[in-house]
Amino acid sequence: MTIVEVNDLSKKYGELMAVNGLSFSIEEGEIFGFLGPNGAGKTSTINMLTGLSRPTSGQIMIAGFDAVKEVKRAQRIMGVVADESNLYGEMNGFDNLCFCAALYGMRKAEREQRAGQLLAEFQLTGAQDRPFRAYSKGMRRKLTIAAALIHQPKILFLDEPTTGIDVASARQIRKMIKDLKKQGTTVFITTHYIEEAERICDRIAFLVDGKIVRIGTVAELMADTESEHQLELTLDRSIPQLVETEFKQHFPSLRLENRGENASLLAAPHRIALSPILRYLEEKGIAVYEAREVRPSLEEVFVKITGIEATKLNPEKEGGKQ
Amino acid sequence: MKTWIAFWNILKKDMRNYYLKPPNISWGIIFPLAWTLMQLIRAPQSFEINQLLPGLMAMSILFGSTSMLAVTITFERRGRSFDRLLLAPISLTTMVLAKTCGAILFGVFNAFIPVLFAAFFIDLAGTNWLLLSFGVLMIAVTSTLLSLVIAVSVREVFEAQTFSNFFRFPMLFLCGLFFPVSKLPLFLRPLAYCLPLTYGADLLKRALMGGGMMSIGLNSVVLLAMAGLLFVFAERCIRRKWIL
Ligand SMILES: Nc1ncnc2c1ncn2[C@@H]1O[C@H](COP(=O)(O)OP(=O)(O)OP(=O)(O)O)[C@@H](O)[C@H]1O
Ligand SMILES: [Mg+2]
Repeated sequence: MTIVEVNDLSKKYGELMAVNGLSFSIEEGEIFGFLGPNGAGKTSTINMLTGLSRPTSGQIMIAGFDAVKEVKRAQRIMGVVADESNLYGEMNGFDNLCFCAALYGMRKAEREQRAGQLLAEFQLTGAQDRPFRAYSKGMRRKLTIAAALIHQPKILFLDEPTTGIDVASARQIRKMIKDLKKQGTTVFITTHYIEEAERICDRIAFLVDGKIVRIGTVAELMADTESEHQLELTLDRSIPQLVETEFKQHFPSLRLENRGENASLLAAPHRIALSPILRYLEEKGIAVYEAREVRPSLEEVFVKITGIEATKLNPEKEGGKQ
Repeated sequence: MKTWIAFWNILKKDMRNYYLKPPNISWGIIFPLAWTLMQLIRAPQSFEINQLLPGLMAMSILFGSTSMLAVTITFERRGRSFDRLLLAPISLTTMVLAKTCGAILFGVFNAFIPVLFAAFFIDLAGTNWLLLSFGVLMIAVTSTLLSLVIAVSVREVFEAQTFSNFFRFPMLFLCGLFFPVSKLPLFLRPLAYCLPLTYGADLLKRALMGGGMMSIGLNSVVLLAMAGLLFVFAERCIRRKWIL
């Protein structure tokens, strides 16, 4: 069953088209991801879907409600995690959750029971009496997610849930998202981490400059660019210039690239048969230790489709690695 | 029922987090106290607390409720926790009522602090308490709604405080509490009649000392009408400015 149906959705801020004619639908129980660089329009889209902002044009249907005209009815089944952790700094973790529950009309006993349960699930029970402002970044993020789940929403909107937090917390959050899916919750997530989208999303939309440039399952997105087959070889030394020239004459349909010290990459429009190559290299006195088929990563697919360098998508990660 | 739970908990949270904090409670006390002392030092002979009381009450309400709204709304909007209220499945009207209710109650509470002090020095037996309470409530309602309009229009807490002063001080001096409206320069008089505080102050004076410029009926009708208009206006501003 379709739970979210968006049709030709646009948002204009003055002259700027932040969101430009989006159409997509989300199935119940699906994890649907928006992947795009800064300023692509991810947050603008979430704000329109959740009723925090009014579309310039277009329709949004959520669980059968017109989410533009009947916002308040649609909001009953939504949980929203904003891109900032925005609970009340002066209140402690437990009170924060209870207050959020009250906003959804939950009774006191139910509020407290559910708050305790979520604190335990997110391993925050030990911090429940500390004020929110004294929480670490990762703890804040977790409590903010817990707050969005307090009324057991049918659909959860997550705006960059793992940006700026450490690997372990991010993994915990991703696991939590997968568990939610098992319980039947629909998840709409925005991110600029390609691996994150690849790892947890059933379907991904690439968003650039307010437009969806491609949408599909990870496999579908990959299939688009899998026209080239690649083989990576690990050798005992790099191929000498002379051998390389000869090799190219011998195997005209293959492309050979030297990749650093002892590695070479072979590429061809067809699958590559291994034994003729091994035999040829052996004759030249070059030993092959490993031959590995390389599948393009979603990152390469993204770069190819959008023309945006992956480093632009998440510079902090690249910076951290070097 | 669900709406009521949300309403009550928003109110309760604001009370706990903001209104009952000592530094905030002092807001409505310091200014009136300073004013009383100033009067006492300036003219100790003609110092009469019952002449001063309506003005002090008006001040307490005005400073109490308007400064609170800047905190409960502007501050929460900056920290984005305000989004939670907009995302909650309660109508905007309920939410605005819950948010303003706290500030109104706070204003009312503040108004009676000068009365409590005054009771030590003067006899308040002749006071029409019902009328006094009504006047206090209406001043609190209208000034809270006025500052709500300000809170909607600004982004920073300090802006809210500054703009509040733009109408707080002129209102206090034009409303007839410190100088009778009939003694104001002619061009300022129409302005005085546009301010809700003028009517509220008239009620306070009548309740405490008898007399007054206008009838109770006229004052009440004008105050209720102004409150209604301000509420509708504030809600429209909110729809326009907050749901972008
Ligand atoms: N309230 C606003 N007023 C004016 N312009 C806005 C507003 N909100 C967003 N924009 C603009 O709309 C565009 C899309 O912004 P949006 O926040 O939706 O991007 P995003 O994909 O969420 O980016 P990020 O990864 O940085 O969070 C940006 O160019 C931004 O400057
Ligand atoms: Mg964003």
